[in-house]
Amino acid sequence: MRGEGLTADSSYVRSLGLFIGVHRRLSAVSFLLLLMFAGGPAPAAEPQRPQPLKSGGEFSSSELRALQADDFGNPGMLWVVRGEKLWGEAAGRNGKSCAACHGDARQSMKGIATHYPKVDPGAARLVNLEGRVNLCRERHQGAEPLQYESEELLGLTAYVAHQSRGMPVDVTIDLQNRKNYERGRDFYYARRGQMNLSCSHCHDRNWGGRLLGETISQGHGNAYPIYRLEWQTAGSLHRRFRSCLFGVRAELLPGGSRELLDLELYLAWRAGGLTIETPGVRR
Amino acid sequence: MVARVQVPQQVKRGELIEVRIAIQHVMETGFRYDDRGRAIPKNVINTLVARYNDTEIFRAELGSGIAANPFLQFYTVAEASGEIEFSWVDDAGEKGTEHAAISVVG
Repeated sequence: MRGEGLTADSSYVRSLGLFIGVHRRLSAVSFLLLLMFAGGPAPAAEPQRPQPLKSGGEFSSSELRALQADDFGNPGMLWVVRGEKLWGEAAGRNGKSCAACHGDARQSMKGIATHYPKVDPGAARLVNLEGRVNLCRERHQGAEPLQYESEELLGLTAYVAHQSRGMPVDVTIDLQNRKNYERGRDFYYARRGQMNLSCSHCHDRNWGGRLLGETISQGHGNAYPIYRLEWQTAGSLHRRFRSCLFGVRAELLPGGSRELLDLELYLAWRAGGLTIETPGVRR
Repeated sequence: MVARVQVPQQVKRGELIEVRIAIQHVMETGFRYDDRGRAIPKNVINTLVARYNDTEIFRAELGSGIAANPFLQFYTVAEASGEIEFSWVDDAGEKGTEHAAISVVG
């Protein structure tokens, strides 16, 4: 798929060359102008958050918002309940549960999700909640890591993120995560796939507009894991990324991959100040 | 299988109460195919029964037209303190139960 991206680029360059050949008398100034407009969104300047920031729920129907607000009707709560059960269950060689170290998640996990993804000093890499759960399993429980997108991992991450519901996303970019942030930002602004679109084309330039029957959101990750009606199940932010990648016919990167983690960090910075809604309900 | 049942915790005798249940279940329709083109067998919760102190008060037969993670809601009259117990079974033979306590005053 990367190769296809290159082919598209080179044919683009060829057609530009043809264009120059035909219009040799074009002045240098107009040619420069042409390049500026043909080049797509330029990430040169520090990117801006969309103004005003709007959570994905604001682009949903009132019925869907009501469903999310109803703590019993919200189907995502089934995963939160599942996570709550898993929290107290012992796992792995050490026979420890999450609660054995962290106690009552309603206290200990309050506000935790607002600061993720985060660089783990021991592993020296960026981890999101999913990665954190698996690091804990490895280090303290002596258990096998849970598979990305598995029901168990979705349950635990939904349960942990749910404890921060109503609190603002608050990720700071510092020396430790600067590189990840920059890679994530570049990923966000890079054209990809056969449709040759970047994230920014939809979620910065055209939010509030229509894509067939859908209203394009600003693309924030503050309600994840979400229950998505199209999936008929709960899913992680990385699953949603893959849906977008599929939409622009780009390479489907695996959940938990470095590229998607960096993108998650950039989006967390971009959503700074929006409140966490986990579990969100979306179409 | 995770399920949640919601009833008001304390009610007056003779009061109309709302009973709700949500069950985590794929409700596989039987009309879908996997990546290799093989039919995914139908697996839906086919029967769901609610008992109020061992008296059946609600029964539903569900089919492939019901979305995943079904959510049902009905009304009953609070007559005595006790339990409302749900039990259900799916096409794969897996059974589930969930209950909620209710306390009736007056």
